[in-house]
Formats: sequence, C-alpha cells, structure tokens
Amino acid sequence: MFTPSLKLNPNLFADTIERVPTRFGFGDGLVLAGKKNTRVVALCADLTASTKMDGFAKAFPERFIQMGIGEQSMASVASGLAAAGKIPFFASYAMFSPGRNWEQIRTTICYNNVNAKVVGAHAGVSVGPDGGTHQAIEDIALMRVIPHMTVVVPCDAHEAHRATLALAEYNGPAYLRLTREPTPLMTTSDTPFAIGKAQIFFEPKRGVKKTIGIIGAGPVLYEALLTAKDLEGEGIGVSVMNLATIKPLDEEAVLSFAKAHKALVTVEEHQIAGGLGSTIAEYLSSVYPMHIVRIGVRDAFGQSGTQKELIAHYGMDKESIKREIRNVK
Amino acid sequence: MKPLTDDNVRDLTERARAIRESIIDMLLSAGSGHTAGPLGMADIFALMYFHVLRHKPKDPLWSARDRVILSNGHICPVLYATMAHAGYFPVQELTTLRAFGSRLQGHPHREWLPGIETSSGPLGSGLSQAIGMALAERMDRGRASDTYFYVFMGDGELDAGQVWEAVMLAGKERLANILVIIDRNNIQIDGYTWDVMPLEPLYEKWESFNWQVQEVDGHNFEAMNDAIGKAQSAYGMPSVIIAHTIPGKGVDGFEKDYTWHGKPPNKEEATRALEELRTLGGKIAED
Repeated sequence: MFTPSLKLNPNLFADTIERVPTRFGFGDGLVLAGKKNTRVVALCADLTASTKMDGFAKAFPERFIQMGIGEQSMASVASGLAAAGKIPFFASYAMFSPGRNWEQIRTTICYNNVNAKVVGAHAGVSVGPDGGTHQAIEDIALMRVIPHMTVVVPCDAHEAHRATLALAEYNGPAYLRLTREPTPLMTTSDTPFAIGKAQIFFEPKRGVKKTIGIIGAGPVLYEALLTAKDLEGEGIGVSVMNLATIKPLDEEAVLSFAKAHKALVTVEEHQIAGGLGSTIAEYLSSVYPMHIVRIGVRDAFGQSGTQKELIAHYGMDKESIKREIRNVK
Repeated sequence: MKPLTDDNVRDLTERARAIRESIIDMLLSAGSGHTAGPLGMADIFALMYFHVLRHKPKDPLWSARDRVILSNGHICPVLYATMAHAGYFPVQELTTLRAFGSRLQGHPHREWLPGIETSSGPLGSGLSQAIGMALAERMDRGRASDTYFYVFMGDGELDAGQVWEAVMLAGKERLANILVIIDRNNIQIDGYTWDVMPLEPLYEKWESFNWQVQEVDGHNFEAMNDAIGKAQSAYGMPSVIIAHTIPGKGVDGFEKDYTWHGKPPNKEEATRALEELRTLGGKIAED
C-alpha cells in the first residue's frame, strides 16, 4: 500500500496513468522560481526548447544567457554569476553538461563553493533513438564524487518541479538530473519534497511480510512500484523507497529501511558503478552489511531503440526486477 | 587613467623589485612552484595594485572594487607578493607559500584568502568567470558600471578551447568593462609557444572576435598605463592587451629560458638572484 501522507497519485497502477517528461516539471518550476526570486538566472547551450528552459527565457529574457554550444564556458560563466550573487541554473543534455565540463564544474563551481545549479537533461538510456552517444549513464557518479555537490534525481514531473524550487532556495552547488520521454506521474502536486529526504512510497499490505526493499530514483522507480504490486499478489513483500536525493544521503532513512528487509535491490537508469546502488552499498557496507542487488546498466554503452526496448534490454523493467528478486536466496 | 609621473615610475620600479625579491624568497622556502611567469609579471602587477586598481586592501570585499581574476593560477606567487606589499596581509606570511595549512595555496583558493576573486589553476576558465561576474553586474544595474574586471591570462593558456568559447561570448555581449591582459612571454611547460602550439597571428585572432586589441611592452610602465587607459575607454567591446614580457625578468640566468616555467630556484640560485635584484644587476652597490 502507498504511504498516505505522501499523497501519491491514486491512479498510479491504472493503465491510463498520465505521463509527462520530468524536464517539463523543471521548466515550469524554473519560471516559478524566477518569479519568486529575481536573483534566479538561466543559461543554456543551444538546447533551450528541449531542456524546457524556453519558458524562463521567454518570461525573463534579461535574465537568460544563450551560450551557444559552449558547455565548458557555460559552467564557468555560471560560477562567475553565482560569485556575484545570482542563482544560475545552466542546462544542456547530461552527456554534455556535466559530461563535457566536469573539470569546470569541479574547480569553478564546487571548489569555489558557489551557488550554481547544473541541469542535465535527456539523461539515461531512455532518451532512446539518438543512441549511445547521447545516453548519459555515468553522470550521477561524476557529480556525486565532487565535494560540496548535491545530487537530485526526480522520479516524475511533479517532483522535478518541486526539486527545482527547492534547489533555487538551497544555497550551494547542485546537480538536477532530467529525462526526455513522458513518464508516469507517481506523485501529485501535494506530495511533499525536501532535499536530502528519502520517502517510502510503497509497503506490502498487512499480512504480507516485508522481505525485499527496493531503493530507486528517477522515472524507472515506476518499474519498481509495478514489481512490488505484482509480487505482493504472489505473497512476496516488497517495499519501495524513492531516493530522489542521492547526495547527501538520507542515512537514517536508508539504515532503518535496510534493517526492515532481508535484502535490498537498487534500481537506476545509470551504470551500476558509481551511482545510486554504489552509494547505498558504500554506506551499508560499513554500518549494516547485507545482501544488495544493484540493477542498472552493467559496464556497457547504450544504443538506439525505444525507451521501452532499452529499459527491458538493460534489465531495468518490471520483469527483470522480478527475476532478480526471485534469485535472492 | 591618471598618467604616470617620473616619481610614480621610480616608485613602481622599486615596488616591482621588492615584489621580485619576495617571489624568490617564497619559491625558495616552498621548494616548488613557478619562477618565470611571476618574475615576468611583477612590473604589471605593481602597476595594477599601486596605480590602476580601485580597491581597499583592508576591505577586500568592498562592493565597488575592481575585480582581478587570475586565470593562470600558477603565477600566484606574483599575486600573493603584490597583495602582501599592498597591505592585504602581512609580508611575513609570504614564505608560507605551499605549506600545509597556509592560506597561500599552491594555486589560489577563493575561500582561503580574502581578495582572491576565484580559485584557479586548471587553465582556461578565468575569462568565463569574469564574464559571469560582469553579466551579473549589468543585470543589476541595467547597464555596465565603471567597475572593471581585469583578467590575467598566460599565452600558453590560449591553447585551451574554453578560452575561445569565452572570447566569443564577451564579444557577443559587448562587455566593455572586461579587460584581459595576456602575459605574452612565449614559453610554456614543454617549450616555446611557437613550437608547442603557434598562436600567431594573435592580434588578428582577438580582433576578429570583436575585441579591442593592443600590443604593449609589459615592462614599460607608461606604455602599459596608457594601454589600460585606452582599454577602459573602449566603446561597446571588451579589450585585450597583449603584454610582451620577458619570462624570469630581473634575474639574468632565468630570463627567456622556458625550463624556468615550472621550477623554483635552489639555495645557491636564489642567493644569486636576490643579489642581482638588490643591486639591479650590479648597477648599484648593495647596502
């Protein structure tokens, strides 16, 4: 059953569930953040419409900077803006930012410790037909390893909206990871959100013993929820935690979630090295060693295909997750 | 820009000499660091901090200050030495350069030393940051103010692609209060710039990106001062001064030798260098 206080989408398991890309939630959120605070500014590297920064650029042209295809300079210009008191959000595809400008993000933003936000759109294999060159599946690892950096991976458009507003108010470097394709709205506009807070979306109904805990982030969390629902019907108790903030890790929530289950499964649209699964494994290995199955891309590049085909091929769909859970002794 | 009097020039010459002495002291006690660039830039830094800049050394975060963005962070010994001589922090602290716990990190750290506008070291990102600062200032005022954003860059640094992304952007945004000074000393780590990566025609490169360009003798105080004045009054475009300098300037054995780019003098070399600086190359007797 769903956690009532989170006010999740009551139609979550319906076939007719509404699907909206997470980047749309960011775009609307940025306009609102810009209305609330004139210090919010935006930069984009020639991808204004597809990163959904176009709303902000139209509403506040004097606070929007078109960088052209120059992601390295964009990160450093954002650093300068932040040093001068602005709250810059700079966007491109995740493959290019933070993919191409990692050192500029490290030195000019994180080492300087300034209030700039990296927005990486079209992350993951789900960007689909563009193929492996455009599928960022290393970005979480790249960002979370840098000191001072906060890493947020929203599960749907509503959460992306709230995360954008929260990041505009949070003072410090941050990475917001977005995706291209329309994906299910698991939350509602009433679902609470706080940076650094994990949320248990789903727990088995009374009478079904909690056995497996799934921790996930991003739209692929929906596959985890479908898995939990199906397995509940088979008498296997599966809980699902939404870990939207991968850094800083909500250690308290993760530890108590771990203790409540026999084994954990992590799900992310990312390499299994260095991402969410690694974060959980690193933390629990020292405080509460247990069996953890990490689901994600296994040291491979992406390729062209549909979102559905690719999520299945790389083992992140409901059927793959079920298979992994059944293999847990 | 106020023209320089003969007294000013004498004063700046003495300050540059003292800064060079400090640089040698610092590098000797650190046991590592860069020698050629800092010595070559001592005249320009003396001119900046003792004549050009609008700043308050005792109030390094004064909101109306001009900004100095050191993009080629490895020449920080000249920045630290000049700042100390200008009163930002005690001169005695200079010999903590590169030591554990020192505010004078091997490459500058914005959060550690007040008066440092941005951390730098990895080359090519200073101009972008200055552009961000200048854009923020223009957004706040609705127009550019008379605050200047002085960006110091090395010539070898111009190999980096990010530099040209930023050069394009500053030209596009017509940021007239951005003023770049390039240390054109013709050396970089692996050798002479014309061997490693030819930059010429450098003047024309910048000009074609819609910048005002000047080429000046970086050791001539009057010429540099005039060039800065002309750059400040550039209309509707950013300015660059290609300052021709002699790497290792002031110490005979260090001059124009690229092997001095990234190494410090040893005890014997430092002693000789200090003697040379104190006597202006034997022209005056040491006290």
